[in-house]
Amino acid sequence: MSTMKFSKDHEWVKVDGDIATVGISQFAQSQLGDIVFVELPQVGRELSKGEEAAVVESVKAASDVYSPVTGTVTEVNGELEAEPSLANTDPENAGWFFKVKLASPSDLDDLMDADAYNAFVEEQH
Amino acid sequence: MRYLPLNDADRQAMLDAIGVASVDELYADIPAKGRVEGLLDLPRRASEIEVERKLTRMAGRNVAASAVPFFVGAGAYKHHVPATVDHLIQRSEFLTSYTPYQPEISQGTLQYLFEFQTQVALLTGMEVANASMYDGSTGCAEAVLMAERVTKRNRSVLSGGLHPQYRAVVETLGRFGGSDIVSLPAALNGVEDIAAQIDDQTACVVVQTPNVFGEIVDLAPIAEAAHARGALLVAVVTEIVSLGALKSPGQMGADIVVAEGQSIGVGLNFGGPYLGLFATREKFLRQMPGRLCGETVDAQGRRGFVLTLSTREQHIRREKATSNICTNSGLCSLAFTIHLSLLGETGFRNLARLNHHNACLLADALATVPGVKVLNSRFFNEFTIETPKPGAEVIEALAERGVLGGVPASRLLPGDAAFANRIIVAATEVNSDEDRAAYVAALKEVLA
Amino acid sequence: MMNREGRPTAPTSTALDAGDAVRTTTGNRGLDIVEPLLFEVGGLEKCGVDLDLPEAPLNRLGDMERTGEIGLPGLSEPEAMRHYVRLSRRNYAIDMGVYPLGSCTMKHNPRLNERMARLPGFGDVHPLQPESTVQGALELIDTLAHWLKVMTGMPAVAMSPKAGAHGELCGMMAIRAALEARGDKRSVVLVPESAHGTNPATATYLGYKVRSIPARADGTVDIEEVRRNLGPDVAAIMLTNPNTCGLFERDIVEIAEAVHAAGAFFYCDGANFNAIVGRARPGDLGVDAMHINLHKTFSTPHGGGGPGAGPVVLSAALAPFAPLSFVIHDEKGFRLVENESDPAAGQAFGRLTAFHGQMGMFVRALSYMLSHGADGLRQASEDAVLNANYVRVGLEDLMNLPFGKRPSMHEVLFDDSFLKGTGVTTLDFAKAMIDEGFHPMTVYFPLVVHGAMLIEPTESESRGSLDQFVSALRNLVQAAKDGDTARFTGAPYYTPVGRLDETRAARQPVLRWRP
Repeated sequence: MSTMKFSKDHEWVKVDGDIATVGISQFAQSQLGDIVFVELPQVGRELSKGEEAAVVESVKAASDVYSPVTGTVTEVNGELEAEPSLANTDPENAGWFFKVKLASPSDLDDLMDADAYNAFVEEQH
Repeated sequence: MRYLPLNDADRQAMLDAIGVASVDELYADIPAKGRVEGLLDLPRRASEIEVERKLTRMAGRNVAASAVPFFVGAGAYKHHVPATVDHLIQRSEFLTSYTPYQPEISQGTLQYLFEFQTQVALLTGMEVANASMYDGSTGCAEAVLMAERVTKRNRSVLSGGLHPQYRAVVETLGRFGGSDIVSLPAALNGVEDIAAQIDDQTACVVVQTPNVFGEIVDLAPIAEAAHARGALLVAVVTEIVSLGALKSPGQMGADIVVAEGQSIGVGLNFGGPYLGLFATREKFLRQMPGRLCGETVDAQGRRGFVLTLSTREQHIRREKATSNICTNSGLCSLAFTIHLSLLGETGFRNLARLNHHNACLLADALATVPGVKVLNSRFFNEFTIETPKPGAEVIEALAERGVLGGVPASRLLPGDAAFANRIIVAATEVNSDEDRAAYVAALKEVLA
Repeated sequence: MMNREGRPTAPTSTALDAGDAVRTTTGNRGLDIVEPLLFEVGGLEKCGVDLDLPEAPLNRLGDMERTGEIGLPGLSEPEAMRHYVRLSRRNYAIDMGVYPLGSCTMKHNPRLNERMARLPGFGDVHPLQPESTVQGALELIDTLAHWLKVMTGMPAVAMSPKAGAHGELCGMMAIRAALEARGDKRSVVLVPESAHGTNPATATYLGYKVRSIPARADGTVDIEEVRRNLGPDVAAIMLTNPNTCGLFERDIVEIAEAVHAAGAFFYCDGANFNAIVGRARPGDLGVDAMHINLHKTFSTPHGGGGPGAGPVVLSAALAPFAPLSFVIHDEKGFRLVENESDPAAGQAFGRLTAFHGQMGMFVRALSYMLSHGADGLRQASEDAVLNANYVRVGLEDLMNLPFGKRPSMHEVLFDDSFLKGTGVTTLDFAKAMIDEGFHPMTVYFPLVVHGAMLIEPTESESRGSLDQFVSALRNLVQAAKDGDTARFTGAPYYTPVGRLDETRAARQPVLRWRP
């Protein structure tokens, strides 16, 4: 049973065992506009918490996607690469970006739960 | 002042509306240290008559290509540009418009860019081309950077036949960007063992064909050697007319093609503005610098064109842009596309054949001059001769006799003794029998 | 930080007045003619050029000859004329109406400049002809260089950069070369948040880490932030002055002093030089390098996106590093320094382009400068600033000035807060301006305000033209507030094509015609 946690940079994480799935939030996709391209990390790459892991591009904007956790990339979403609009239509599920084998579960501690994140977004905008 | 619509009455009324006593108040933020008191130490305004007189006198001190037998090339070429081209590019809507940020009122520009991109892709034998770079030399440097991004390597090998000034630009950008640029020594006949220079750290090899000495280079074996080590082949073409007669770089396996488009539509302009053509494989599209024009539709389904894939560019990616480049060479790309559409397939191929024919005639004629040797084995419209006297001296003496006979290799390769007595000679469709005869006669005199 | 905020890029509205439905068989609408692609109207055998080939042209190309079709369509001259004239009519232009693109300086392009650039002695000379045959061309470059130095109060100028961004590269390379020459390894460049994207792109390319400097509430660079960020690791600051918000950086002298005291250099982005020509000299303010956009301040034509020219004026500290080629004047006349081995090359940091620079733009720029003279140049700047402030006061009660009601320089910046609650965005507002017969102002730049609208009328607008422009904008603002949303969200209605699907263009790129 995994709950979603969110970072201040609008990424979400869902953990299953020691695999964390990462994507961008509903709010993030609404800010970017129609997403046209994503650049995903190589499988096997070592990521540190807070490191730039991926890039998401809309027509007029580009944004870094940071890894909210430290670990090794185990899988990337090929469907998203082929169909970037998935990140608009289903950002928090089918539009996932990459999966990371967690190095340290405590990385999740300072992330926000859904309620805290929604409040954060409200307050920011 | 003829360009300023406001008169003093306007200015006063506007100052009143703004609520300031004088325009000085609007400059109040300028610190005293920086304020200019009075006028700059420069001449006062001048009428059209005066400006024309001054600049015409200055221009009159130069020898124009059309005025004399003209055989100067080495990266820029004298070709005839039809009157239609210059007329069209001076239309207000082309001359005085800007980058098509608002596509609904820029379909003129966007459509011709789309047509231009297609023409460049066809000429170079590549899948996709951009909306132009500043010129061939900066395009060449950008191609090396692109190859580094694509291969994630940072060593590049430059052929000895690459235009020395292009090489200097690549070396400069490479030095500042932390690239490892290996420049092979200047080599005339393209027979250098460039394949032996390619290793697993090589991002690309850069080969010009025809090279700066006019020699035609077969890129196919070089492409093969590069690809075998995971490197890219960057092909450089400084005389775009050559692609009307020669195999395209794409056909020979190039991964990126950069060219100087100046020969078509643009004119000599003493070195600028020129026109960089840039084409590559579809799979490298996102690493390509420069503007791109793409086709789309509006809400009513009408076809239209827009600048696209802008996220590669500096105004969006900022620190992570593929390049800092902002403008393309707009009006020059228009001149190019108009000239090329007037030529069409038949005209362009005939133009190329005529250039080559004239070069053969000239080479044969110059070879009859005692002491002169044509060094190339295969050339298109440019070749290199060797004379008994230093090339620079010969060229200067020819100029005194009213013939502009070419570029002394020593101008581009000073201090390289092997090239001191060599001259790069270009022939185009503008040369007549009289021009060639004048060259031969003058050269005989100079070398006597 | 990349530009993160997007906006709608696929048209959603199909609202069209019934009366606008086209009822012609050709699809043409009177003077607006639908022109197919060259590839759809041209033919491989068509040709608009007469070129006689000899009977048996010599051919020694062997197996390097191109076989097979290239696929280039041709047109006869009349057909070519029609194709391009029809295309041209689908472009807005300065010659048609106000083109208030902030930071672009869309001023009138004098036709005398075109005539001068086409003099055979300028347009028909080769960069590698013997120098004795181009003394007039070298004199022109030298004369223009002199004007640029006097206007800016700087001792040297690098003429070869081909555009503003290229000039930035030049200036920053000179700075890095100067630092290397004194054995000083510095790794950071300071750039204000409001800077144009070329600034951080240039700095990053040269291996610097970019540190962003926030603005103060009044829109100018915070000098305390600059001081806080200066240190032995800072190579340079890149400032635009007047800045991208249309304001003069009033602490510029102190900033320059602080930067120099820290051993760093001051690069100035000269895109907005039009505001201060003849009124302020960047050299007096402490600038070390500044590129000048000849296609902005000095009227060389924008040409649909180029060519530009970006000569860079240099301080005494940077002058020795100016790149090749450059023109010098000795007792024999003018000559070019083209190679590093030339004793006069000094510590040139290298070469930025083949040949010598944008001669065609030099001729036009000098023609403009000679025409204006010292008095006209100063008047032009003053009129540019006057026009921008006139527009400002005409709109500031209805539109919001993010940095308060205060004078601006040659351009005025509004944000989109005045549209709050109307359902109309900056983009929609711009599209409605198109229907009114204007090119929109620069939108969504600078990034430091929301939904930015940057208006730069230039000195080329008459008072009547500005009155009409202001009046139209006032009506538009009112219409938005009155809830006439469709007028904006479906705009433009009166153009040959409506809003285009940019999402589709990016997701399914079609970048060339295919049969």
